[in-house]
Amino acid sequence: MTKQTTGELAIDAVGLIKRFGDQQVVDGISLQVKRGTIYGFLGPNGAGKTTTIKMLATLLRPDGGTATVMGHDLLQDADGVRQCISLTGQFASVDEEMSGRENLILIARLVGFTRHGAKQRADDLLRAFRLEEAADRQVKKYSGGMRRRIDIAASIVTAPDLLFLDEPTTGLDPRSRNQVWDIIRALVRSGTTVFLTTQYLEEADQLADRIGVIDHGRLIAEGTSSELKAMVGAGRLTVHLQAVGDLSTARRILEEITGQPVEADDRSQRLIAQIADHGEAAAALSRLVLEGLAISDFSMGQPSLDEVFLTLTGKPAQEEGEEAHADQAG
Amino acid sequence: MLIKPDNQPDLEQVLSLRQRPTRPSPLSASLTLGWRALLKIKYVPEQLFDVTAFPVIFLLMFTYLFGGAISGSTGEYLNFVLPGILVMTVSMITMYTGTDLNKDIQKGIFDRFRTLPFWRPAALVGALLVDMVRYLLASAIMIGLGYALGFRPEGGLSGLLLGVAVLLAFAFGLSWIWTLLGLIVRSEKALMGISMMVLFPLTFLSSVFVDTSTMPGWLQTVVDLNPVTFAVNAVRGLAHGTVAGGEVMIVLAIAAGLVAIFAPLTMYAYNNKR
Repeated sequence: MTKQTTGELAIDAVGLIKRFGDQQVVDGISLQVKRGTIYGFLGPNGAGKTTTIKMLATLLRPDGGTATVMGHDLLQDADGVRQCISLTGQFASVDEEMSGRENLILIARLVGFTRHGAKQRADDLLRAFRLEEAADRQVKKYSGGMRRRIDIAASIVTAPDLLFLDEPTTGLDPRSRNQVWDIIRALVRSGTTVFLTTQYLEEADQLADRIGVIDHGRLIAEGTSSELKAMVGAGRLTVHLQAVGDLSTARRILEEITGQPVEADDRSQRLIAQIADHGEAAAALSRLVLEGLAISDFSMGQPSLDEVFLTLTGKPAQEEGEEAHADQAG
Repeated sequence: MLIKPDNQPDLEQVLSLRQRPTRPSPLSASLTLGWRALLKIKYVPEQLFDVTAFPVIFLLMFTYLFGGAISGSTGEYLNFVLPGILVMTVSMITMYTGTDLNKDIQKGIFDRFRTLPFWRPAALVGALLVDMVRYLLASAIMIGLGYALGFRPEGGLSGLLLGVAVLLAFAFGLSWIWTLLGLIVRSEKALMGISMMVLFPLTFLSSVFVDTSTMPGWLQTVVDLNPVTFAVNAVRGLAHGTVAGGEVMIVLAIAAGLVAIFAPLTMYAYNNKR
């Protein structure tokens, strides 16, 4: 990690710790987020993502460690932090009983808008988020995608310097997910720093400038998407061969190129190789063709979160019921 | 796609507003959150059941159940018991303050509130302000029904209204106990259980239904120390014009004491909520 001066950093956290009972939910997390970037916090359920966000957003007091958020000390100047941030929680962060418009007016009034100003602002937000038609319906009657949009709209009643998004696309269909991604990108273009948590590698890959991988309350890897991929590999290359007899030759070639053991399956005549990058995959495929081996099909897959964890920790990402519970409660 | 990155002038435009206005005053924030509580009544009017049905049921039930036996006639008993049942009913419905808060907090919106830089007690004060409206409504219904049944306070309407004002102060103090419990107790059901366990003895072992002079000495001591007894005596005294200023002051002091103890505890629990 390159050293940054505090002025350039949206978040500078050192050794954050949170315990619930005798459980160390966050176990010494240090991270730096540059202003104007998207930081992706990647990890399975119960890894401590939500608890970390809650500490950084002044909702939970850390049991240890310090952090500076937008230049304000988290412990000494929580109000200063609150002036700069906004939080969209994983669960309902608007009032389901109220209409979308009423929710936005409520937040606008609490931020300090006048009665008239709050109404005006709510109208503008509803238009920008394409929620005009649903404006006067109770939020509990919204679809998942509309729900997420009103959640985010409520977070940018005044565009914050730093926005926390806790699993912004969990449970959304692809179209709604793309809409949320577009909103996040627009936010960053307008100057907001975004700290988001996700369970999806693809999401972190698509959005985040830097990614932190968290497991059991510890940051186990950190870097740009390509740095992480260099660590984990770009994914897997699956090759189906036409003739069974070619399998061992093909396997030898792939192992030579990737420098890693290749999985072979006689019955389906299939080979699975872990690859470092797409160039390596192209090289491997063309070598196979040059050697005169007939390929019936091939496919490339991004590494899944499980594979990332398998590589980084040597064990799959587990969902531990107990911890998942602590994460939600926290 | 509905929202396109290259074609979203509205989105870019709303994102350009980055300057927050000055934070709202404590009063403005409390009133805004009071408005929120009123909106909830608009959407779920059934929640007014407790403040409308309770007074009617309690007044009819106790007047006709005990009236003949205790005072010889229901009319006479009504004059005695109405201020008592008024205090009892309002004290009982203060517990809904806690259950509402408990329900609210289990959803995520309080997390959002707590990241906004407004005066922190406003979320609770706003809810309590609307609860005052609910208590007032319950009082109005009970007094209205009482008049229809023949209740005639000797202190006149003005005395009775003063009594209601004292009762509201008492209920405001009592409510802070439930806000604290609402924050620390895990579920709404557990909270109901605890409140009932506290409120039943507290309201029955008091001067609500009978004059304390008929009780055995030890019980009299207990009952005379019960804050609800003080409240009942003050409201009853104001309604019938027999009150001593000291009694009213004691009730106000109890209310102030409850706020002084439980408001800081509640705020502590609120600020340190997981």
